[in-house]
Amino acid sequence: MSTFNYTILTILGCGLVTWLSRILPFILLKKFNLSETVLEYLSFVPIVIMSALWFSSLFTQHLGHLPTVNWPNLIASGPTLLSAILSKNLLVIVLVGVCSLGVIRLIAGN
Amino acid sequence: MNAELTIKSAIRETLPTVFGYLGIGVAFGLVGHAAGLSPIIIFLMSAIIYGGSAQFITVSLLATSSPILSIIATTFLINSRMILLSLTIAPYFEHKSLTDNILIGTLLTDESFALGMNKLNYTDNQLNFPWLNTANLIAYLTWVMASLIGALLGNFIQNPARFGLDFAIVAMFIGLLYLQVIADKRLNYLLQVTVIGLTLGLTYLGLIIIPSSLLVLVVTIVGCILGVFFKKIWRH
Repeated sequence: MSTFNYTILTILGCGLVTWLSRILPFILLKKFNLSETVLEYLSFVPIVIMSALWFSSLFTQHLGHLPTVNWPNLIASGPTLLSAILSKNLLVIVLVGVCSLGVIRLIAGN
Repeated sequence: MNAELTIKSAIRETLPTVFGYLGIGVAFGLVGHAAGLSPIIIFLMSAIIYGGSAQFITVSLLATSSPILSIIATTFLINSRMILLSLTIAPYFEHKSLTDNILIGTLLTDESFALGMNKLNYTDNQLNFPWLNTANLIAYLTWVMASLIGALLGNFIQNPARFGLDFAIVAMFIGLLYLQVIADKRLNYLLQVTVIGLTLGLTYLGLIIIPSSLLVLVVTIVGCILGVFFKKIWRH
């Protein structure tokens, strides 16, 4: 198989499984109703998933061993969180975050 | 944010988040270019998979010529958190047509999901098709265009990490998380902070034994169970 076909087939397969993950809950929920407990469970999804995406970036994984702290990301999170509290504006928050990490890497020299 | 659920209000409320996706999209294009993928392949990946951070993993697996099925399985596992997002959003569209449901599901992403959850706090727990579809479309177009721009810029920029662009998406989640916590009326403040603290512990412990492709999914499943548990305890 040529490299091009290999790549295209992989992209199509990955696209299909991701699409199914996205749409199947919508199709199934038209047929079934969720119980009160499941709805309560789902009400925690937003904060947990966003925290997990954030926290997992603060560490470097070493499977089987304790993770190490990703200091640049941890330090950059400080001004980012502060800008969230002060501005409540996503654009400002993202710009502060990117600039913070940029400055930290500049100082650290890598 | 306000109670207005129109295309116009969706554009106004989604635009600030565009920069988060722009940063990470450009970074993805640059990484793809560095891994030897052509701009058209990078464009197709973003347009067809639309998997955010999962695509970085897909690129690294493609670069090592992994078997197709193992790449697909890995991508599915990383993106299976989409099942939870869709499951959370779907009840708000139950009464809409199947086509509308499939369209909303097809372009749903972390960013439009988080915006939608935030919006619920202002609209008396309502979402509609024009609003969320617009937020979805803006996120999708930004992601695809940003990836392409990154792929083309790859000819000029050698070390993209230097500029801190890869932190754009983390910063966006920090912002969305904070806005969600201060706006969510269904869960009280102390409970939310507790659950976030537990998530930090779970993430730390999870990193020891759970491969990174599964980490966010497993942590989310367990974290939500703990949330329900603590809510029950405090009610009594």
